[in-house]
Amino acid sequence: MFGIGLLKGLGVTVKHLIDTYVDDVRRIPSRYAGGRQIVRQTPEAQGLFTIQYPEEKRLLPERFRFLPMLIFDAETGEDRCTACGICAKVCPPQCIWIVRDQDANGKPITRPAEFHIDASICMSCGFCAEFCPFDAIKMDHDYELSLYQRYPDLVLDLKELSVPTTYYAALYPMQYAEEERARAEKEKAKAEKARPEPAARAAKGATAPTEPSQAAAAEAPAPSPKPKLSPEEIERRKAEAAARRAQPKGPDSSADA
Amino acid sequence: MSEIANIVEELNAAVPGAVSERLENGSLVVAADKLVELGRYLRDRAGYDLLSSVTGVDYLGYKGRDASNRFEVVYHLYSTARGGGPLVLKVRVPQPESPDEAPTVPSLMPVWPGANLQEREVWDLYGIRFAGHPNLRRILLWEGFHGHPMRKDWREAYYEEEHKPFRSRHPAGTHVWAEDRAPWHDNVNYPLGWDPATWKEPITQLRVYGAGTNGAGTNGHALGVAEGLHTDQIVVNFGPHHPSTHGVFRMVARLDGETIVDLEPVVGYLHRNHEKIGERNTYLMNMPFTDRLDYLCSMSNNLGYAIAVERLAGLEVPERAEYLRVIMAELTRVLNHLTNIGFLLNDLGAYFTPVLYALKERELILDLFEAASGSRMMCNYLRFGGVAYDVSPEWLAQCRQIVENRLPAAIDEMDRLLTDNEILVARCRGVGYLTGPELVALSVTGPMLRAAGIPYDIRKAEPYSIYDRFEFDVPVFYGCDVYDRYRVRMEEARQAVRILRQALRDIPEGEIQAGKKQYSFRVPPGEVYARIEGPKGELGYYLVSDGTPNPFRYHVRAPSYINLTALGPMSVGYKIADSIINLGSIDIVLGEVDR
Repeated sequence: MFGIGLLKGLGVTVKHLIDTYVDDVRRIPSRYAGGRQIVRQTPEAQGLFTIQYPEEKRLLPERFRFLPMLIFDAETGEDRCTACGICAKVCPPQCIWIVRDQDANGKPITRPAEFHIDASICMSCGFCAEFCPFDAIKMDHDYELSLYQRYPDLVLDLKELSVPTTYYAALYPMQYAEEERARAEKEKAKAEKARPEPAARAAKGATAPTEPSQAAAAEAPAPSPKPKLSPEEIERRKAEAAARRAQPKGPDSSADA
Repeated sequence: MSEIANIVEELNAAVPGAVSERLENGSLVVAADKLVELGRYLRDRAGYDLLSSVTGVDYLGYKGRDASNRFEVVYHLYSTARGGGPLVLKVRVPQPESPDEAPTVPSLMPVWPGANLQEREVWDLYGIRFAGHPNLRRILLWEGFHGHPMRKDWREAYYEEEHKPFRSRHPAGTHVWAEDRAPWHDNVNYPLGWDPATWKEPITQLRVYGAGTNGAGTNGHALGVAEGLHTDQIVVNFGPHHPSTHGVFRMVARLDGETIVDLEPVVGYLHRNHEKIGERNTYLMNMPFTDRLDYLCSMSNNLGYAIAVERLAGLEVPERAEYLRVIMAELTRVLNHLTNIGFLLNDLGAYFTPVLYALKERELILDLFEAASGSRMMCNYLRFGGVAYDVSPEWLAQCRQIVENRLPAAIDEMDRLLTDNEILVARCRGVGYLTGPELVALSVTGPMLRAAGIPYDIRKAEPYSIYDRFEFDVPVFYGCDVYDRYRVRMEEARQAVRILRQALRDIPEGEIQAGKKQYSFRVPPGEVYARIEGPKGELGYYLVSDGTPNPFRYHVRAPSYINLTALGPMSVGYKIADSIINLGSIDIVLGEVDR
């Protein structure tokens, strides 16, 4: 009969209408009560997927990547970055710019003096984080990037990029645990190496294939003459990073920057 | 065609003096003046009916090449009936003495009308003239553009260095904005004798597809011209900003009343010279750029490119990574087909209801991509010799749940919503009719071909990755119209789910990356053309390596772009409203068309 197909199709739309309503009613508290901040899109939901951004936000997976961030140790306050420049080499749009620090005699030391990322041309590919041998650069989850001016707000410097390991650990719990485990293993191997010579070689051989950053780490020179930071200074750095991340973006914040 | 060894003798016996040399990699060097004759022989007698790819290479500065054979036009021919690998033809031409003169190669338009857009692209980017092409104008760039940018001696306005990584993006020690570095005032450098004030775009389009020129024309539909009545034809522009054109895309239609007499696609509004960027990049740096071609199907784009580089460099891929690649590629196929069906309904006027139902399933698939790769659309997930990250057991469980419970139900629901809908049938049945052989002649691949009775699927014809392990069918319909293109996509989504089930059942544990991941490596000199069955058709990557960490030539055979060749012939004789759904049924993404 003519029109049967049309009616069948209308049945589907009516089902969607009801499903959307039922999905909505099931939510406690209601999405319009402002109760829920983070929502998930699950395969069980039958109605339409709508997220009332910005009141609601989608739950981001751990691997989500947006812009790079540089990590400093929350305990010692030292940057993990050694200014080796691999991230700048691998960057497809070439948006990373690093200047290596120098000591008093003009000798280069393994620390960045300047580190800039031009966020306006960053393509969020994640290669810098993937190929960093020191786990110093990772991808941030903060995707709310609206600003009043492109320049200089979108050229991020070392200070704007720095976050403590605690921030990284909170964003990437699984990856962080895995890296810490690998680091502990390496430390153990190093400690063994420090004692008897032959045993150390065996230990190194055993751990080498599982530890990707070993080769690069081994090349890195002995502890650089970095000034030890005082506990107050470390706390100050952490607070600064936290404040930067917490502050609302707007004309005021761009004025400070 | 008999054995490979005596292919040269056979072809030379058929067309005397055609093939001068057979190269080590099996490609044939063809004399320019015999090309058309040889093409005709290969099409009619040897079964090579699909001219898949036409592209140019500028060998300036390549080791072992000199000015006498600087340019090369490369043709890849396939047989849709036999399947299997390509027959590669190469025509070498020198740069004429005078720099104003263009190197010339005969056009293959008389044999394969599908060469149309591709030859225009080669003319545009390389300045190689195709003698006998009826409409040889620039296509991706505009007529007032000076020079041919893919030539090795052409440099862009904000040229920095030949290859990445650059020594420094900020040589003066301060940050410089990319736009500030571009001396636009100097860049507006018009071709000789070209004046922007007096130039007018030719609105009278040439009748490339007139009835009788190649058979693919008015489709036997009588044009609705009233006898004894004086009528004028008018030219109407659709776009470039038009809600039905899927992006920045323009159709120039010549109308007689409401009937389309001729129609030509105008593209290039999003052109960024992806291929030139690709030659500056290292091999790995190109991976995230391929995401941005067909931005709905970034995983498929990654796959095609990864396979091309792996073939060139001789890399192996571990089992688990192969399975993950297939899973991602097939999820992409499902999401592409569902989205396309949704947007086809948009074009028909069923505004956004079907598309939202489709986007719902796409959301779930994108969530999977995001959890695996870190990004929803710009996945950048594949690496040479593996994939970037492993997936967790929870991810696999979630994927299984979606594949087993969600997607089949969603496809069935879409089916219930649309397939029998009388309005849809009335609008789509018999519209955009082009027969299978006509589509093959127009170099069309993918679902369009399979909706016209030609069961040509590269996953079966020339299996890549591990597709030979899975059991699936190639759905074929015979209607040759928009309705069957819709149905073939629906059926292909079902088959993709079938492959996904098998892949998720069989996926082994183990390594996901062969050897150490490297960010820069040298690839042995040579060339490769790797193609996959992308959701939109044959997605091919043609690479030439000179042994450095950057590709010497990087070409993308974009299915959306080449399938657009058929838009004109498909629309002629139908009403103007039908051209919109014809475009919808081709399934284009402008990121890939314009590159």
